[in-house]
Amino acid sequence: MEHIAALVALTLAAGTPLVFAALGELVTEKSGVLNLGVEGTMLVGAVVSFIVAASTGAPWLGTLAGMVAGAALSLVFGVLTLSLMANQVATGLALSIFGVGLSAFVGLDYVSVVIDGIKPLAISGWSDLPFFGELLFAHSPFVYLSLVLFGLVEWFLFHTRAGLVLRAVGESPASAHAIGYPVIAIRYLAVLFGGACAGLGGAYLAVAYTPLWTEGMTAGRGWIALALVVFATWKPRRVLAGAYLFGAVTLAQFQAQAIGVAVPSQLLSMLPYLATILVLTIISRDAAMIRLNAPASLGQPFHPDA
Amino acid sequence: MRIRLEPRAEPSRLMRWASPVLAVTATLGVGFVLFSLLGKNPLQAFYVFFVKPVDSLYGVAELLLKASPLMLCAVGLAAAYRANVWNIGAEGQLTLGAICGGGLALALQDGGASWLLPSMILAGALGGMGWAAIPAWLKTRFNANEILVSLMLVYVAKLALSYLVHGPWRDPEGFNFPQSKMFADAALLPNLLAETRLNTGFVIALAVIAVGWLFMRRSMIGFQMRVAGLAPAAANYAGISAKRTVWLGMLISGATAGVAGVNEAAGPIGQLLPSMSPGYGFAAIIVAFVGRLHPLGVLLASLLMSLLYLGGEAAQISLSLPSAVTGLFEGTLLFFLLASDVFIDFRLRVQRRPVRPAAGGRPATAGGTG
Repeated sequence: MEHIAALVALTLAAGTPLVFAALGELVTEKSGVLNLGVEGTMLVGAVVSFIVAASTGAPWLGTLAGMVAGAALSLVFGVLTLSLMANQVATGLALSIFGVGLSAFVGLDYVSVVIDGIKPLAISGWSDLPFFGELLFAHSPFVYLSLVLFGLVEWFLFHTRAGLVLRAVGESPASAHAIGYPVIAIRYLAVLFGGACAGLGGAYLAVAYTPLWTEGMTAGRGWIALALVVFATWKPRRVLAGAYLFGAVTLAQFQAQAIGVAVPSQLLSMLPYLATILVLTIISRDAAMIRLNAPASLGQPFHPDA
Repeated sequence: MRIRLEPRAEPSRLMRWASPVLAVTATLGVGFVLFSLLGKNPLQAFYVFFVKPVDSLYGVAELLLKASPLMLCAVGLAAAYRANVWNIGAEGQLTLGAICGGGLALALQDGGASWLLPSMILAGALGGMGWAAIPAWLKTRFNANEILVSLMLVYVAKLALSYLVHGPWRDPEGFNFPQSKMFADAALLPNLLAETRLNTGFVIALAVIAVGWLFMRRSMIGFQMRVAGLAPAAANYAGISAKRTVWLGMLISGATAGVAGVNEAAGPIGQLLPSMSPGYGFAAIIVAFVGRLHPLGVLLASLLMSLLYLGGEAAQISLSLPSAVTGLFEGTLLFFLLASDVFIDFRLRVQRRPVRPAAGGRPATAGGTG
């Protein structure tokens, strides 16, 4: 029983960066914008949060800085794709390449720095309850934060008027524009939100999960988050399920090593990537379902007078 | 007064080629500011970065050597991107090329035969194609996004290579370092220029560029691929199979990336290491765009990007700047390129605020797309 609670805790911890990044990207894509720069944005969020945490000794301040950095980077993407109507695929790729380079550059002096990261909760009387303490009350604060974020995104998108407008912009920007909604401004907000979430996911990795900075430490999680949004057919609930599924896959690799399965570590490390390809393939097989669920204007630029 | 973007009636041919020049200039501007902020004399830094690496014959040879894998990867990517096939996993296909070609070299250590090197290159091309065939198949058969699949396979390929050089292919006499045996002489690309590292891999790259140009400009299949990229609906109507376009784009770009991988293994490296490329497969994406998805443009852009790599190394040695500055420049260059590319299809129009409200509608309607 104790073992199960520990496994659940580890799965949640490993899935949480994906929850942040994928929920952010989901909102961005719901507005009709495809931002492939999640990986680069997460890395910049990670490095900025780590540097701020290391120099101020305040990891929460670092987290906030990571979110701001993520939003700032996605603003560059927004200017290029929304104001200048650049190709979203190419610009997203550029953002990822740039983010990898930028984070490696500014993070060089921090590679072997040790910080006092954000620890999992320890509420006396609650966290040390047998089984339920570990299952419910002893996770990283980020895990609870990601669940709150999930609730907010779900509520915003499907239970508020603003969420309805955002979805309308993603489905038919021309109609939304004709009714008088500021399509470009709404898309900017969605892109900024996505960037801040990706930055938050990176910050969680750097100041809580590991907590350290290494070059390219997200190891493809940004791309997996993008695949998750497709896998989830643009539904927040399924993002949550998918993220924890990937958390479990990541964990399987460490568990196998721990119990001494004689498989080379490199082959086990392939699991999350192979799993991503597998689930993406399975879910994409139904082309009609993808077409029904994907925002209709996803990836297409919008020019009000063109 | 306000400035707005107005669609051009026709894309500007001038801007198509002026845009990379603008982007390079703007990137240099950023470099100037960056070097100043880091407390370096920007002019001296520019000299170290862009001139010193190529002020000797050895330096020029290094420039061409590093440009070769970029040329190979980017010319294939250019063909794919023209057809709207988004292969971003060239880095993985390059790695598979190195594994297949290098594996052959290791298996035939004693074979001094003259056919060894050509077979290695063929094996590398097939390896890259095989790796690219996975996203092509998943895309055409299951509709899976080729961007994400090809990228995931980069991680898988790199882990596979790491496993091989840590495990079964590790040199038993290599002091436990994760590396394979050195290749036999017959498995190494012949040197082109004495006292330098430049080898025949550069000639192969040039030949592939030439073939790429002929293919895209003069062949029916190349034409069909370009049509499929420009106007998918028209291509469909003309009976050009969308699936075949995906297969062609993926296989071509996979093959050239695979050859780049063999060239690295059988050229400057001479064995298999845990990493065979400092990100050439990703840099080639930028090269393909900066080179306007045109084989000749790719050639020029490869030289530029190669200089960025050399400059990064030189800056690390002489200016004690981190070589990661190269990655920063690469990303910045692509951003500026995408920004200035806007002016291929749009122009800036400065509008004065109308004095009387009645005149308000006129300028807006004048710029109709026609």
